Amino acid sequence: MTIYNLYIFDRNCSCLYYKEWTRQKEAGIPREEEFKLMYGMIFSLKSLISRLSIISAKEGLVGYTASNYKLHYFETPTGFKFVMNTDTSVGNVQDVLRHIYARIFVEYVVRNPVARPGEHVDSELFAAKLDDYIQDLSFK
Amino acid sequence: MSRQGRPQDTRKVSGELFSLTYGALVAQLVRDYEKDEEVNQQLDKMGYNIGVRLIEDFFARSQQGRCHDFAQAADVLTKVGFKMFLGVVPTVANWSAKGDEFSLILDQNPLVDFVELPETHQGLLYSNIICGVIRGALEMVQLEVKVWFVQDQLRGSDSTEIRVKFLKKLEDAVPAGED
Repeated sequence: MTIYNLYIFDRNCSCLYYKEWTRQKEAGIPREEEFKLMYGMIFSLKSLISRLSIISAKEGLVGYTASNYKLHYFETPTGFKFVMNTDTSVGNVQDVLRHIYARIFVEYVVRNPVARPGEHVDSELFAAKLDDYIQDLSFK
Repeated sequence: MSRQGRPQDTRKVSGELFSLTYGALVAQLVRDYEKDEEVNQQLDKMGYNIGVRLIEDFFARSQQGRCHDFAQAADVLTKVGFKMFLGVVPTVANWSAKGDEFSLILDQNPLVDFVELPETHQGLLYSNIICGVIRGALEMVQLEVKVWFVQDQLRGSDSTEIRVKFLKKLEDAVPAGED
């Protein structure tokens, strides 16, 4: 599997972390703008999905497939949003995103007393652990 | 110091060490502040700051999903949350008629194992940190609540009772330009 990039948002619309592994083409807009558009799209998709849903549920969005990439989405009950883009051959990666949240994000960001909630994640340890995990996956 | 493998770590800290450490913390606060009310307030604040992070640890360890009503949240709070972090399961009781308020009855409170309140500190809510933790943790799952002690075994009551009142549901921030 090829993982293109990963966005982590909190519930206040801010992008806490962004990392790309394989990305050949830029979106042609400033990164900040891209984050805003991404969050906006997720937000709108979620609200449309819950409107169309046959039962009343808050969860619904797990991702979408475009012709040349696949977007995966995972949200925690506390409102952290994990968005990952991969190639289209990749199956369900909810467990991968959950792992990133539970074993890497919580461990190295939430439990880090220096990291203040809602601020951009600068921890090198977090970046290194995340990278290790993703590199490991890419070889499978 | 290696942090490898800690997420799945089920190592236990001795309950006594935990109780005594907490006792030392409260004792220090009592020395630092003049009035019991101020200590209570500080404990609540500290608890809040713990709660907003503890909730993430809670979700990382349990497979718990979103709760659909307040009663379910109360259930999870006691049976999963208290069990995980304090090792006791309080009883949920005394629901208000509207279903927006309930009490947690603790028969056993691990924080107060070695504690007696001195005569001079009868206003001290020794375990007030729990109120803060509950408030902080629930706020992160979009529930704004008010939490307070109704009675405390330390102050001569039969059991410890914490009251939780639902105030409002918080919504995710809406991105600029969306309605």
